Amino acid sequence: MADTILAVTGLTVSFDGFKAVDDLNLSIDKDELRVVIGPNGAGKTTLLDMICGKTKPSAGRIEFKNADLTKLSEYEITRAGVGRKFQTPSVYDDLTVLENLEISYPKHRGVFGSLFFRRTREIGDKIRAVAQDIYLQDELETKAGILSHGQKQWLEIGMLLMQDPELMLLDEPVAGMSARERDLTADLLARISKGRSIVLIEHDMEFVRKIAHRVTVLHQGKVLSEGSMDQVQKDARVIEVYLGM
Amino acid sequence: MRWLSKGELFGYLSLAALLFLVFPLTLDPFRLNLISKYLCFALVGVGIVLAWGYGGILSLGQGIFFGTGGYLMAMFLKLEASGKELPDFMVWSSTETLPWWWEPFHNFFFTILSILVIPALFAFVLSYLVFKKRVGGVYFAIVTLALALTLTVLLVGQQGYTGGANGITDFRSVMGWDITSDESKRVLYFIHVVLLFAVMGIGAYIIKSRLGKILIAIRDREDRVRFSGYDTAMFKAFAFTVGALFAALGGAMYSLQVGLITPTLVGAVASIEMIIYVAVGGRLSIVGAVYGALLVGFAKSMFSENFPTLWLFFFGGLFIFVVVFMPNGLAGVLDRFSARKKGQRESGLNAVPERTKA
Ligand SMILES: Nc1ncnc2c1ncn2[C@@H]1O[C@H](COP(=O)(O)OP(=O)(O)O)[C@@H](O)[C@H]1O
Ligand SMILES: [Mg+2]
Repeated sequence: MADTILAVTGLTVSFDGFKAVDDLNLSIDKDELRVVIGPNGAGKTTLLDMICGKTKPSAGRIEFKNADLTKLSEYEITRAGVGRKFQTPSVYDDLTVLENLEISYPKHRGVFGSLFFRRTREIGDKIRAVAQDIYLQDELETKAGILSHGQKQWLEIGMLLMQDPELMLLDEPVAGMSARERDLTADLLARISKGRSIVLIEHDMEFVRKIAHRVTVLHQGKVLSEGSMDQVQKDARVIEVYLGM
Repeated sequence: MRWLSKGELFGYLSLAALLFLVFPLTLDPFRLNLISKYLCFALVGVGIVLAWGYGGILSLGQGIFFGTGGYLMAMFLKLEASGKELPDFMVWSSTETLPWWWEPFHNFFFTILSILVIPALFAFVLSYLVFKKRVGGVYFAIVTLALALTLTVLLVGQQGYTGGANGITDFRSVMGWDITSDESKRVLYFIHVVLLFAVMGIGAYIIKSRLGKILIAIRDREDRVRFSGYDTAMFKAFAFTVGALFAALGGAMYSLQVGLITPTLVGAVASIEMIIYVAVGGRLSIVGAVYGALLVGFAKSMFSENFPTLWLFFFGGLFIFVVVFMPNGLAGVLDRFSARKKGQRESGLNAVPERTKA
């Protein structure tokens, strides 16, 4: 068995008695690209919210490299090496693309560190390399607020790349993208998945088939099925939930 | 990225010309002293630009810090003016001996240190605890407002220690140097202007630093900034603390130059006035805030001399006008104007929508 980087056990959260995620177990290997699918409201986003600290679980453990993430605050989880991209692109509209990337650089994150921060050649190079990766090399001085929807999605992925997390949580990164942008994003994901683990939520089955190693199907807060894309698609329970997949 | 935009450069240069040359050369001592008074609020304003304009932290209690700075300085000045005697207001309210916590204020350097440390420390502890609990926005504004009111009541109530509603006044000298003459007021004016530019420089540095960008990010999307790995409560507390420090400096200069500190300068109305100075000048512009303090201060003097009863109406109207029609104040209007002119030559893509969020 390969090294496990993330082990979720017995994870449960209820909102006013409604269990959005219910006694869920999930294990992600090092360097794995896992796709999580499931109908709307299955609890996919809530699962990522709990891993990255946005939502506190009611029960269960989330072990990441021997640390229990349920005990850490959001910024500590980020510093431990978990990066999160949100379902609606969340970038800093009033800052330029360059500034968005720069403040995601994972050093000098204290008050005085950032007060006396200088952009060294190394950091500048890294910013340019990431901008190239996310197809925004010509938009460095553009305010993020006026980027297109797809470009914002890329920028947010770029912000994660600056952080260089060992585990990336991507919530529907191709939502709202044109076909061409989707292809570019598939390329991008193929490139960035080397040397790190990714948990990706996606609806678009074409897209999933292109990139997934293994697929986990969530339904009503529980894991319904898990395996390769082909295995999962043959699973009778999945077919029942996803008529016509 | 350039250090200063053209508009900002013009703002700084014109301000330097006014404060270092035009005012000292043309105004009589009385008017120049009025300028000193307005500039005390300009110091507060620079801090409000940082905390509110950039950090998104609206404080309706900057008077707390202005007042603390002012009272700390006043304690020293009063002790020196009283010589071996007990300060007069203590005698009047039959306080028998000098309270122990007044004792250290015989020393000028201790006083300066306390002005630099006490308000800032209080601001930091208070704001970090509040921000850590994720109380923000309107609630924080209300907390600060309530504290300002509480402090006013305390100052008025403890007459024997604080001078009560009349405050503390009748200062004479600083370590033997007479501060009441026209000549020394002029010297103080120049010290003040230099201090103001230093504070503006520090503010500008913070805004241009990575920390400034993080503050903008926090203002617009605090949730997201945590996932970039920042302890946002600490950054907000820092911005608020710097704002408190600048306000305390303003208060200390006020006691020195106006020769009087009273509880009204601590209270809710004074605190809200400070916000209005910045709103008028432009909450995203340090120079704008200084101009705001000068202009509104000047307008206030004019009105109070000629139509004292109308002032508050004018003031309220001005505030509503600014909030509705110029969300980024005078500086915002100038920016838009220069962006439009530039747009005739270039493509005009610079137009970024103005934010109106508090
Ligand atoms: N903060 C919340 N409060 C109440 N209900 C929530 C909250 N967050 C999510 N839910 C509910 O939990 C369920 C799962 O939501 P979500 O994780 O967003 O689904 P998915 O991402 O799989 O579409 C939904 O029914 C949603 O309405
Ligand atoms: Mg979702």
